[in-house]
Amino acid sequence: MNDNIVSGDVLDETITLTIRDLSRACASSAEWIIELVEEGVLEPAGNSHGQWCFSALSLHRARRARRLQQDLRLNLAGVALALDLLDEIDRLQERLGRIGER
Amino acid sequence: MDFRDYYQIMGVERDATQDQIKRAYRKLARKYHPDVSKDPDAEARFKEVGEAYEVLKDPEKRAAYDQLGANWKAGQDFHPPPDWDAGFEFRGGGFTDSDSGAYSDFFESLFGGGFSRAQTRGRRGFHARGEDHHAKVLIDLEDAYQGATRSIMLRVPEMDSQGHVITRERTLNVKIPKGVKQGQRIRLAGQGAPGIGEGQTGDLYLEIEFNPHNLYRVEGRDVYLDLPVAPWEAALGATVKAPTPEGAVDLKIPPGTTAGRNLRLKGRGIPGKPPGDLYVVIQLALPPADSEEARQLYRDMAQKLAFNPRRQLGV
Repeated sequence: MNDNIVSGDVLDETITLTIRDLSRACASSAEWIIELVEEGVLEPAGNSHGQWCFSALSLHRARRARRLQQDLRLNLAGVALALDLLDEIDRLQERLGRIGER
Repeated sequence: MDFRDYYQIMGVERDATQDQIKRAYRKLARKYHPDVSKDPDAEARFKEVGEAYEVLKDPEKRAAYDQLGANWKAGQDFHPPPDWDAGFEFRGGGFTDSDSGAYSDFFESLFGGGFSRAQTRGRRGFHARGEDHHAKVLIDLEDAYQGATRSIMLRVPEMDSQGHVITRERTLNVKIPKGVKQGQRIRLAGQGAPGIGEGQTGDLYLEIEFNPHNLYRVEGRDVYLDLPVAPWEAALGATVKAPTPEGAVDLKIPPGTTAGRNLRLKGRGIPGKPPGDLYVVIQLALPPADSEEARQLYRDMAQKLAFNPRRQLGV
């Protein structure tokens, strides 16, 4: 049972992803990732496409964007708005959890 | 196998128009999308609605489904009549989802055979990197403090000797390093889908999710604990036992502590660089006045302490 234990890289603050990593993980094209950046959904460090560095959080956002776009037929502006509103809901629910409940 | 009433799932009448069905689907898809809904059943509902729409949006499949008759009720034991689909020709169009786990047995028994989803891959000279896979792994908060090993079941598409894609299950034992946070991902290089031709194998991304804990709340690397204390412990100060994910500690309550106050235990949150903190949120627990002695103590306090808890309210 414990003969083949694998371990991987934890995607923490120290790890950044390239545009290739991100488009593969989303099963999308690099062009689609560029569109997300142009829409302000993702904010990479670096100047040109080839040098862009994305945070691990970008992976979560980009995959969410992909699902919303495919399943709900949203355009990118709609995806961007939905993501911002969902983030806002998460923040509010965190605050609610902190002050209330128990 | 249970009969599925697709009209009931979509909340439409059996004679609904294609437009009504489309509108009902779009509304339900927004409502139950797993990225949008907080409902724990959202994913199951979303898939169910998607399956219903897959059938009802397509006039051919809908007609074949309607032929089963309106006498079936959702949940009834169901076996398709022999040759039930004779006279219907299903074209493969529109069935783009390659996730073979997405539809129910009921759907598969009706429409599964008519569609060839197994694409013949591996044309000579064609190479492509395998897809990245994604999975969730549930751990306990204590695992984040100590690290753990988890077994994960993965479904791997593979090609048989005839070039058909079949799904095989495989177990992977993964080391969860200490210090992981809720929502964090672990990338396992080369554990995704196999490549095509000489293409590289894809990666596997694991998303960490904590099981809810009955004592602690987690925010990033910080951990919160509600700790009940007696009125005299809060008023006079005391050293009390407090649980932490690493074991019980002696905690000093300063004199004059009020309810809701946070005591920070620096560095006792989830380990990392820097580690998180453990916040102890003080709760006041009142001793019950369930004996004459206890009632007398409360009466003495009422007499001897000039205490008005509502002074701030101006009454």
